[in-house]
Amino acid sequence: MTASDPRTGRLFTALPVQDDPAMARLHERLVERARQEGVLDVAYRTLDTPVGTLLLAATAQGLVKVAYAVQDHDAVLRQLAGSVSPRILSAPARLDDTSRQIDEYFAGRRTRFELPLDWRLSTGFRREVLRHLCDIGYGRTESYAQVASAAGSPRAVRAVGTACATNPLPLVVPCHRVVRSDGSAGGYAGGADAKHTLLALEATP
Amino acid sequence: MRPFEQIVTEHGPMVLRVCRAVVGPQDAEDAWSETFLSALKAYPDLPADANVEAWLVTIAHRKAIDVVRAAARRPTPVDALPERPARAGRPEDWDGDLWRVLKALPDRQRRAVAYHYLAGLPYKEIAALCGGSADAARRAAADGVRTLRTTYPSPTDQRGVTRS
Repeated sequence: MTASDPRTGRLFTALPVQDDPAMARLHERLVERARQEGVLDVAYRTLDTPVGTLLLAATAQGLVKVAYAVQDHDAVLRQLAGSVSPRILSAPARLDDTSRQIDEYFAGRRTRFELPLDWRLSTGFRREVLRHLCDIGYGRTESYAQVASAAGSPRAVRAVGTACATNPLPLVVPCHRVVRSDGSAGGYAGGADAKHTLLALEATP
Repeated sequence: MRPFEQIVTEHGPMVLRVCRAVVGPQDAEDAWSETFLSALKAYPDLPADANVEAWLVTIAHRKAIDVVRAAARRPTPVDALPERPARAGRPEDWDGDLWRVLKALPDRQRRAVAYHYLAGLPYKEIAALCGGSADAARRAAADGVRTLRTTYPSPTDQRGVTRS
């Protein structure tokens, strides 16, 4: 907000309205202090990948959310503010390890993620399904019906579909490896193209 | 509730201007850091309809007082001569001449000027923060600005020439 009187406003022209170097310095200091005092509940960053820009968010327990650009990162952050905590800051360093492993995956040098995961955004049967997905190895696929059987509820095929569609950790928890019984890919949170890209990447020897 | 990152992006620059005008270049970044750390801690309990700008300025007001007190306890002597611009912070940050004239104002006037003209707070809220009535806050801001106009050289004036 500026002074209504332009003569008075001119008095403060020496005080920059936007001082980006200072803000960058102060933001970094805030992240560090918040981390030391244990009040940074959610750290996030974005990462450019062959399937678009991913939003990565972590709590102290581990990676809590992966979101594709089509899921609207701003909306996802607002949801995290409600479901986890509004104490959310951009803190790329907290996600260095996650980013490195995802980069390695897309470079074909990693077939398995070794990351602490925070499962709090999925509960009950959906969580059971997602945990089972981690057992489907790189380059393999299962049908929704096979996953339902493996999760102990062979008739819950639709529920498996819902669990995959609402997977809070796509890519890292490989719901892209679940396909239709007829062999077609089926839906995906990141869009059909993203699912094809991941399946093609993993099919490459 | 909005992610706190958005609060920092939207209001951080305004709070930095207020801190710079109230405590000067040397202590402004400490005051800003204390303000936002404290705000981050309290943020989950902030009512949904709260005025975020006024809330942040309230915290900054208290933290600025703390930071100035802590600075006064530091053994390093602070240059008290108003004739010499205080360029001890980061001289590239902003014009030390403005701080020199702001610093010469009574605390009450300097705060009223910063909270009204830089943060856009109404006089009623400034009175709630600094004590006194809304009219007194209005007078403090007006007196402060009048003094600044006579003591602070405008960009077109020659350095060292004081307007009367």
